[in-house]
Amino acid sequence: MADMKVKIAGVEFSNPIITASGTYGFGKEYSNFFSLSELGGISCKGITLEERQGNPPPRIAETPSGILNSVGLQNPGVDYFIEHDLPWLKTQDTVIIANIAGRTMEDYCTVAKKLDATNVDMIELNISCPNVKAGGVAFGVTPQGVEEITTAVRAATKKPLIVKLTPNTADISQTAKAAENAGADAVSLINTLTGMKIDINTRRPVLRNNTGGLSGAAVLPVAVRMVWQAANAVKIPVIGMGGICRWQDAVELMLAGACALQIGTANFTDAYTPIKVRDGLEKYLDDNGYASVGDIVGKVEVWE
Amino acid sequence: MIQGIFPVVKAGTQNDNCFEITFKAPDMAKEAKVGQFVHILCDGKTLRRPISICRIDKAEGTLRIVFEKRGEGTAWLSKCKEGDELDILGPLGNGFPLCDTNKNVLVVGGGIGVPPLLGIADFAADGCDAVLGFRDRDHLCLIDDFKSVAGNVFVMTDDGSFGEKGFVTERVRALVSEKAYDAVYACGPSPMLKAVSALAAEKGIDCYISLEERMGCGIGACLVCACKIKTADGEKYLHVCKDGPVFKASEVIW
Repeated sequence: MADMKVKIAGVEFSNPIITASGTYGFGKEYSNFFSLSELGGISCKGITLEERQGNPPPRIAETPSGILNSVGLQNPGVDYFIEHDLPWLKTQDTVIIANIAGRTMEDYCTVAKKLDATNVDMIELNISCPNVKAGGVAFGVTPQGVEEITTAVRAATKKPLIVKLTPNTADISQTAKAAENAGADAVSLINTLTGMKIDINTRRPVLRNNTGGLSGAAVLPVAVRMVWQAANAVKIPVIGMGGICRWQDAVELMLAGACALQIGTANFTDAYTPIKVRDGLEKYLDDNGYASVGDIVGKVEVWE
Repeated sequence: MIQGIFPVVKAGTQNDNCFEITFKAPDMAKEAKVGQFVHILCDGKTLRRPISICRIDKAEGTLRIVFEKRGEGTAWLSKCKEGDELDILGPLGNGFPLCDTNKNVLVVGGGIGVPPLLGIADFAADGCDAVLGFRDRDHLCLIDDFKSVAGNVFVMTDDGSFGEKGFVTERVRALVSEKAYDAVYACGPSPMLKAVSALAAEKGIDCYISLEERMGCGIGACLVCACKIKTADGEKYLHVCKDGPVFKASEVIW
């Protein structure tokens, strides 16, 4: 049996499968299906300083092999999260990652400081929510912006810091490097790609927000390419996500350079996806004689 | 709440665009309440399709759904036959709060909003009056089912090709003036729900409505199926899948 354990910034994960922010709430709903301790970790719904109501509906549209969403960071605020959700999550025997977003640098730092005083395991900096101005996407699209916000939040917390990168940028290797230079312990990618769907009968966009973030199987090849580019650009760990539905997708992203993975949209199709992907990945490692999951990370043999 | 593969024991049609499936899922049937829904995986689709439960047979361990063919997902579902297997997640959401059976209740359904109300008629039986509205005679569904359990059944069509001509609201206005109902339950298009809610409010009758919104996970994690509701803390976006689909009409913000 291959060793499935993964260590990122000193935090040990029982396996590389993490559920992705925005698709898994604060875990409670999905604990109806299996023990959350089966997961390597949970990246929680993005939280902001104050409670946010999010965007008006419709907030979701189905597209070929994927979905568009524009939830708009609906969340109860960091204080509520710390008081009501975090204590329960910390009893689930899995790594708990708080995903944080904000409008200003100050917001991010205040949220990070509040979390610094808790027992949350890691912080994931969401500077790539495409659906609201308050989602920090302005920070995420340029290397300068990434460096600036990462430096500020790095100074606000000693917690292991993951910077979640947007694919809506000119050169992912540059934003990944900027995060690394500013003191990030890891980067995670890709967040959603900005998209749009129009109802041809009403001539209206299906989403009330007009545009939204594309996720699901449709984005997997983009994620594989960007994880590969980012992993080649930085020394810090890369957490890969974007369109993972099957264990084969997970293997691809790891070969491209991801040392851990996040699964999001596929949870809506099948609540057991994380377990199936984890087990399939383990079988692949065993069948191919790998002793540890780390042995396949970045092992793609690219054509010269 | 269960996700699993369940066999179709009966499949049929209500009209050219409206289909029904009964599937065997004893544990789901045991748990299910009137007004809840199931989330069905349709071939090749990323998102499951939420469909309200029409009838619960706890003794047989079956659930019946009646649905409209709207897009590719439901078109695939409409081709399911007896013996096929479906990947279903359910039961989901909160059902209708039911009055005691001896009370007088009015159910008001419009189009594909009619099916989830049959369970109320099953429960309240003779104490239940039903007003069912359809576009025309080609779009009727479940008329005989309602007639076999409800006290009085009024069928309305927009063009008068079956039953009475007109909207359900006209009949509802007359009924709530003539009779002291203890509760009104409604499901259908938003303008109809809004009008029925207003009529119930005028008479001071408790009114519960079942809402619809584009849905993701179906269990309250992804937060996409937002609807604006009056709460103790002010107006909030709650979620149709977990907080609904049934809401107290007086709390819904249109």
